[in-house]
Amino acid sequence: MSAPAAQALTRRTMLKAGVLTVGFALAGVQTRAEGNTPAPRILDPNELDSFLAMDGDGTVTLFCGKVDLGQGLRIAMRQIAGEELGVGVDEIKYVEGDTALTPDQGRTSGSNGIQRGGMQIRRAAATAREALIALAAQRINMAADDLVAAGGEVRPKTGGAGIRFADLIGTRSFNLKLNPKAPLKAPASYTLVGRPLARPDVPAKCTGTLTYMQDFTLPDMVHARVIRPPAIGAKLLAIDEGSIKDLPGVKAVRIKDFLAVVADDEWTAVRASRALRAQWSAWSGLPEQDKLAATLRADRDITDEVVVTRGQRAAGNAPDAATRSASYFWPMQSHGSIGPSCAVADVSNDSATVWTASQGTHGNRKTFARFLGLSEEAVRLIYLDGAGCYGMNGHEDAAADAAILSRAVGRPVRVQWSREDEHGWDPKGPPQLLDISGAVDPSGRILAWRTEMWLPQTTRGLPDIPLLAPAAAGLDDVRGLQPGLISQNADPPYTADHVEVLVHWLKDAPLRPAPIRSPGKPANCFAVESFTDELAAAAGLDPVEFRLRGLEDKRGVEVIRRAAALMNWQSRPSPGANRNAAVARGRGFAYVHYKHSESHVAMGMEVAVERASGRIKVERVACAFDCGQIINPDGARGQVEGSILQTLSRALMEEVRFDRSRVTSVDWNSYPILRFPDVPKIDIVLIDRPTEPPVGAGEAACTTVAAALANAVFDATGARLRTVPFTPERVKATLNGV
Amino acid sequence: MANYRLRINGVDRAIESADPNQPLLYGLRGLGLTATKFGCGLGQCGACSVLLDGRPTLSCLETLANVEGKSVVTLEGLGSIKAPHPVQAAFIKEQVPQCGYCTSGIIVTAAALLAEKPKPTEDEVRTALAGNLCRCGTHVRVIRAVMSASGQGG
Repeated sequence: MSAPAAQALTRRTMLKAGVLTVGFALAGVQTRAEGNTPAPRILDPNELDSFLAMDGDGTVTLFCGKVDLGQGLRIAMRQIAGEELGVGVDEIKYVEGDTALTPDQGRTSGSNGIQRGGMQIRRAAATAREALIALAAQRINMAADDLVAAGGEVRPKTGGAGIRFADLIGTRSFNLKLNPKAPLKAPASYTLVGRPLARPDVPAKCTGTLTYMQDFTLPDMVHARVIRPPAIGAKLLAIDEGSIKDLPGVKAVRIKDFLAVVADDEWTAVRASRALRAQWSAWSGLPEQDKLAATLRADRDITDEVVVTRGQRAAGNAPDAATRSASYFWPMQSHGSIGPSCAVADVSNDSATVWTASQGTHGNRKTFARFLGLSEEAVRLIYLDGAGCYGMNGHEDAAADAAILSRAVGRPVRVQWSREDEHGWDPKGPPQLLDISGAVDPSGRILAWRTEMWLPQTTRGLPDIPLLAPAAAGLDDVRGLQPGLISQNADPPYTADHVEVLVHWLKDAPLRPAPIRSPGKPANCFAVESFTDELAAAAGLDPVEFRLRGLEDKRGVEVIRRAAALMNWQSRPSPGANRNAAVARGRGFAYVHYKHSESHVAMGMEVAVERASGRIKVERVACAFDCGQIINPDGARGQVEGSILQTLSRALMEEVRFDRSRVTSVDWNSYPILRFPDVPKIDIVLIDRPTEPPVGAGEAACTTVAAALANAVFDATGARLRTVPFTPERVKATLNGV
Repeated sequence: MANYRLRINGVDRAIESADPNQPLLYGLRGLGLTATKFGCGLGQCGACSVLLDGRPTLSCLETLANVEGKSVVTLEGLGSIKAPHPVQAAFIKEQVPQCGYCTSGIIVTAAALLAEKPKPTEDEVRTALAGNLCRCGTHVRVIRAVMSASGQGG
């Protein structure tokens, strides 16, 4: 929204504008914002009215607690609701991620938007359809079984005039609990689900008319920059306000170790943040980067937990000679959002409204209420589109910055992080170290498998990672970030006589940990599928054949066969024959059943490795993907494409660099990511299973990328990459070690 | 305070600033032209790309003093939802953006490429966009859309 336009609008109209970013006005918001006997919305996720409102004019408003991060929920949720209810997607208005208006459906994370959130909405729409049909049955004295809901009306199955939903219920509430037994439409009759309908926000994103978090303004708003310490644990000793006295209207805000500058315009705030002189204490508590893996392994402050155990240990006849072992390491990585985090907050003594691009609008409410000393009811968080975060980047921290600053200065505050802030201070994907040992017999049967991994215990799902600003300001913040569970998929999906996975939970992570897309699984699958490849090579078997021999899961078998067919896979053991060529070419394969319960993914990759430089060129990626019932195939395909390319970047290039005091990879030169010239050809086959439950499509294809890549490099060169990222220097060193 | 006069999307405008070194990016956004995005402020990501006298330019590195009297075209100036530029139309048809934060800079850069070279090869498209980062991984769709906008493939 343009600044002049924003100035011309009243504050309460702007409140509406936050919702208007999805393209529709909303009567309920207007009423609430204008203070006319506000009817608080029902937000209980067990209540139908929390999800759906009939608007009396043939349209329906869908209230979704999950947010659209660019993955397409705005159309997919409409497809699900419209399908089940019997209205077209164009008749559905949409409100998302607003703690005052939408039910709490949990964070938009773990690739569960459709799988959990969408299924709640399907249930809600089915409950509404059942109720509308019952109303019509009563009205026209027909059996409910003889009626059908379609096109926004209930009509006899045999044809004839229908009754519009609006005439059946008007704008009244349903007053019904979600009915888990409400009949669902047969997938064979679907007209909306399964179609590649266009996402409604795309035209605005292509013409510059979508209001991003970074574009959102309020009247009377000031711009802030937060000044983070030069060392992570440093304390603020003194500031020299004289250093910014020449900048007009600038104010420094200091709350204990939290330091910021505010100004009327953004550029002045930037200048002030550069000019302000501050004195910080020294701190150098980070481990040595080059010894990180050894530091994790040597940590004695651990809790051990066996997370998987199956089968029986071989009694006595385990072929010790054939036991192999290998160690794999995945470094800390940044979310790498293209736009540094941003938030706007308007906080008074008795209430707070925070606009945020966070995936966890609802989940953050308790945290914000706590550090602001307000009741949960007094805190409202509203989602706006941001630059993609792929987990928990700096969005939550920027929002906390803005909230604390708004209270301090008594005006709405916009906080925009710098590039250095985002790369330096977004919570990081934690380091992952895995040792695997195992044995295989000549037929390819896995006799034994043991995974040991070292993970920070903060990734056990404990909600105790502090937000930066409340911690620095000394505010109460026991419930901060919630890193995802990252121990899954560390066991092979193949038949094995005995499998054990042991986690050494470390007390601390070197840097604040957070989930990054497909939390932990890319590293675990990298280790498991690389080691699987090592076993296949030890048995002298083709990698695809080896996997198929050990796999009972029929959907797994199908994705493997389909991906191999896409690759025109020629069966032979790895490595290939031509591995000493100046440019060695090879192909690799990997498979995962995501979290052992969600999508099935098989991926093949073709690479060319330039021996002299160590440079890997990924020439082709082929992926077969089964996420059950597909709601929107174009959306699902986009998620798979994005998963592949983002994780190729992580596997080839990305590692957070740090010294003993701070992160040092704080721009795109020191933390490079994939660029257009590096992009391979990608072939994807989606396997639609309309009668299976839909499961997540946003993460699973990340999981197989590094393993398929490393296995392809092994096939090409005979050298085994076991540490991410596969930089030319590392590849060269590995090749020279062969 | 000084006024810096330039032509923006075909209209004569003035940007007021106390600092001649203020980047054009902040000037544009201050006028409400928020399609142009802040990505790094370092000239490394391409999110802030605009056309300056027809050439793709990183608006985070151009100072107001440098751009005075010049002509700037932003994503808003290329086209609208009702009358999109061919590159915008192709991006919509191919459903390119996910989060969309990099889209503005990419479309502007691609439009400049096609203005100079109406029928680029795929490799030329990749090279032209080498300075634009995308984190969602929409690259293959971007390339397809630019080729389609040039009347090739699609």
